[in-house]
Amino acid sequence: MSGENEETQAAEETSVDEKEVQDKVISPEKAEEAKLKARYPNLGNKPGGSDLLRKRLQKGQKYFDSGDYNMAKAKIKNKQLPTAAPEKAEITGDHIPTPQDLPQRKPSLVASKLAG
Amino acid sequence: MAGPGGDMQWCFSQVKGAIDDDVAEADIISTVEFNHTGKLLATGDKGGRVVIFQQEIENKNQPQFRSEYNVYSTFQSHEPEFDYLKSLEIEEKINKIRWLPQKNAAQFLLSTNDKTIKLWKISERDKRPEGYNLKEEDGCYKDPNTITSLRVPVLIPMDLMVEASPRRVFANAHTYHINSISVNSDNETYLSADDLRINLWHLEITDRSFNIVDIKPANMEELTEVITAAEFHPHQCNTFVYSSSKGTIRLCDMRASALCDKHSKLFEEPEDPSNRSFFSEIISSISDVKFSHNGRYMMTRDYLSVKIWDLNMENRPVETYQVHEYLRSKLCSLYENDCIFDKFECCWNGNDSVVMTGSYNNFFRMFDRGQRRDVTLEASRENSKPMQVLKPRKVCAGGKRKKDEISVDSLDFNKKILHTAWHPQDNIIAVATTNNLYIFQDKVN
Repeated sequence: MSGENEETQAAEETSVDEKEVQDKVISPEKAEEAKLKARYPNLGNKPGGSDLLRKRLQKGQKYFDSGDYNMAKAKIKNKQLPTAAPEKAEITGDHIPTPQDLPQRKPSLVASKLAG
Repeated sequence: MAGPGGDMQWCFSQVKGAIDDDVAEADIISTVEFNHTGKLLATGDKGGRVVIFQQEIENKNQPQFRSEYNVYSTFQSHEPEFDYLKSLEIEEKINKIRWLPQKNAAQFLLSTNDKTIKLWKISERDKRPEGYNLKEEDGCYKDPNTITSLRVPVLIPMDLMVEASPRRVFANAHTYHINSISVNSDNETYLSADDLRINLWHLEITDRSFNIVDIKPANMEELTEVITAAEFHPHQCNTFVYSSSKGTIRLCDMRASALCDKHSKLFEEPEDPSNRSFFSEIISSISDVKFSHNGRYMMTRDYLSVKIWDLNMENRPVETYQVHEYLRSKLCSLYENDCIFDKFECCWNGNDSVVMTGSYNNFFRMFDRGQRRDVTLEASRENSKPMQVLKPRKVCAGGKRKKDEISVDSLDFNKKILHTAWHPQDNIIAVATTNNLYIFQDKVN
């Protein structure tokens, strides 16, 4: 590993002389920066700036409201349990459902595969 | 490491987890931690579950003992929640587990997700009472009229049952996402750190915590750095450190003032301004900080290197080890695929002579400080025959690739080893790939 650093430094020292002539990017990091800027010309110059940090601070999927969140969770659960079809289909519109009539929605506790 | 004359030779011991390549999100391992004796090994995952393994040793008195970690307890630590005020989902992913030193028969650990810390008690039950006067064996109550004599219930042995119960829930103290927890050497308090604040808790008190560091600027537009990790000193109960996204570490003394916004020491390596690039600040962000066991040094991990700092010298690290310097010429793609933001952890061995950290392609690296040697090893199912010695791996940065080397472009950046742990006394290590836990042991243990 240290051998690589020496090579980079040696390359830098000789290239500095050539820089004026060839105007070439030398360090690998600067070369990568040039590549990035070429692909994204609108990229600002402050990478660690407040935009990036603020994006980091607000990690986590945002939902419109709690109803949206619960709908999304229900969709995932329905995908995982395709056999959980309601048995009493005639509830809708027929009479006011009571808690006993509704199909149970218990969260499925799946054990970790590390404990398998 | 592998070589003549008593060097460490790492062998495969066990692997835990599913073999199939289709990894469910919930199975992604997010933290690994040995307890203070090394007898217990805890893992946390993205699904909010904790699995604890216990070491079982054969031939304990022989120099070449074989040990095996088997499942001891597993429980659901955190559940997904919804922050109604901000309409944000709170992940159940376990960010950190920290064990408390054992005080009695039970074991205690702290586990945390982004917002809530919980204290779990893990206790064994190997006896049960029998011979109740008022209850039948199945629990039904007897008709009191049928009872004609009294007896004293006795405790009879039963199959070992390990129970985990939440004893404390420390909630609602963090606006931002918790990245670290650290138990104090006083065994009464602990700290929790999020992106902008650090709080001090008492293990017995859940409705109050003290804020000891607050780096939130008055105007969020002025935000320039965040806290990335924090840890208490192993012996000095008044001292802790926290690292930042700008590559600095601040050491704070709680005796100096109630709010430790002013550091006692600032550790920062001076940067050569001519080398500065777009990526400099991002790759200097410290992803982990760990004190040495003897309390004289601390180690930091940034994207490309591991640095050892002497607590008495603030202006530069005493040792720097390159983890995967060949990635410096790949930073553009690593930025595009977000890998540049990966947070690697690091750890010390028991006597602080060797440090370890993970890399990509399921490689992990060890640096022997005394012998000035390093090695790259791989955690893979292909090297998983019992006691199979791990062969050192080598990455070819450029030019001609030798026979057993792998080229940088062939590395799998989806196979990252972010979490590793070293047994506190012995040469046993736990290495987490995405969804598997590997345990390796030194051949001559």
